[in-house]
Amino acid sequence: MKLWNRLLCYARRRSPWLFHMNSGSCNGCDIEIVAALSPRYDAEQLGVRLEGSPRHADILCVTGPVTKKAVNAVKTVYDQVCGPKAVIAIGSCPATTNVFIDSRTLAGPLDKHVPVDVFIPGCPPRPDAIIAGVAKAAGILAERGNHPQQTAIASALPADHAETGEAHE
Amino acid sequence: MNLLTALARLLIFPGLLFAVPAAWFFLWIERKAVALMQERVGPPFMQPFFDFVKLLGKSTPPRGGISGVLMRAWPLLAVASSAGAVGLLPVLPASGGFEGDLILLLALLEMPSICIIAAGFSSRSIFGEIGSAREAALSVSYNIVFLLAIISIAASQHTFRLEAISAMHPSFLTVLGIIAILVCLPAKLHINPFSLPNAEQEIYAGPMTEYAGPELAMWELAHGLEWVACTGLVATLIAPHFTAAWLAACVFVALAFATVLLLSVLAAATARLAIDSSVRFYWHATIIFAILAISSAIVVRFRS
Repeated sequence: MKLWNRLLCYARRRSPWLFHMNSGSCNGCDIEIVAALSPRYDAEQLGVRLEGSPRHADILCVTGPVTKKAVNAVKTVYDQVCGPKAVIAIGSCPATTNVFIDSRTLAGPLDKHVPVDVFIPGCPPRPDAIIAGVAKAAGILAERGNHPQQTAIASALPADHAETGEAHE
Repeated sequence: MNLLTALARLLIFPGLLFAVPAAWFFLWIERKAVALMQERVGPPFMQPFFDFVKLLGKSTPPRGGISGVLMRAWPLLAVASSAGAVGLLPVLPASGGFEGDLILLLALLEMPSICIIAAGFSSRSIFGEIGSAREAALSVSYNIVFLLAIISIAASQHTFRLEAISAMHPSFLTVLGIIAILVCLPAKLHINPFSLPNAEQEIYAGPMTEYAGPELAMWELAHGLEWVACTGLVATLIAPHFTAAWLAACVFVALAFATVLLLSVLAAATARLAIDSSVRFYWHATIIFAILAISSAIVVRFRS
């Protein structure tokens, strides 16, 4: 059983499958994700595969500052990813809402709504930074799988979470 | 074929003990060929194995009722039938067999496709249903050519016994039949240019959209075993007859590998066709092959 857990841990680190979600991004970071998979950077060497369905994915890659229209979609997709899972915030937008800060159309940043494991800053970040972030998230994922913990269900979090955040400012 | 040889063929060679590592190897070749054609390094050698182990360790969303049971059953059925198809292949000389095992092989080769159609509909996802409908349309069109080609080879040999067919002497007719089978394989294996049913990104993941964790691992394994079974069928048809078992096994592996390489390069070099062009391709272009093959088989049969 111990051997199986170690094998599982190793396999998780070597096979991170991504699901890419755009929560109102300007498309800059999305292009850089595609660039990370292109021949020059070739993320598939780490076993990375960009999946079409969130059910297949291990790592949820979110770009964009999380607009009010997108916030429920982000929570739904986070819940659709099967555990163990990790979340990467790609770019400065999901981390801080970047230049859109204080906009009345935003519900971001991302970590108000779903637990984020790795932040990759940059506007947009370079493909090598994205690959380094994915590798780090895969390491976190591998450890998390063997120490099951209470993972929060995003849609069960209080809906006025974003509003309370603004009230403190 | 007694019980012991049947079990040995199903479980050891060319069955599970050989076929599962071969399935992972062929899946790796499929991805590596695409990577090399794009001047990338591509996934490491053990990648399909890591993917399989990782998927086994993932959780699945809770599903109750009959659809939950069905969604667990379809991938297992697909794995079982494709493993059975691999076990039936007459790789080793004098390995036994029975009259009509060709028909059983064809039925087992068709099972994964039926499972995929059923799986898409039982997942109740709109993308799964679109994928299943495409798979059904594609399956109707390529199967006519595939079955006609195999039946023409069988008719020219006067037998439905796989061992007799694999031991036949090559002729114009068998070459025609093998070409027709090769043309059908990309559609049977859902690779480019006929990757419509599981068109990734376009309809999410097609029939597999809702499948997660161990179920998805079983689908990946079933796909790999389908690769082994289909390329193995071509390899047994091409391979000359050897009396030494080790030589026959080596030639079988080499020919299957060459077929996988050919199909992977084709997949890497082409883009996905639309459903109407794919169906038209099989109904208009390749059915000529099949009709030529079956009519020459009838001529051969009446002359002999």
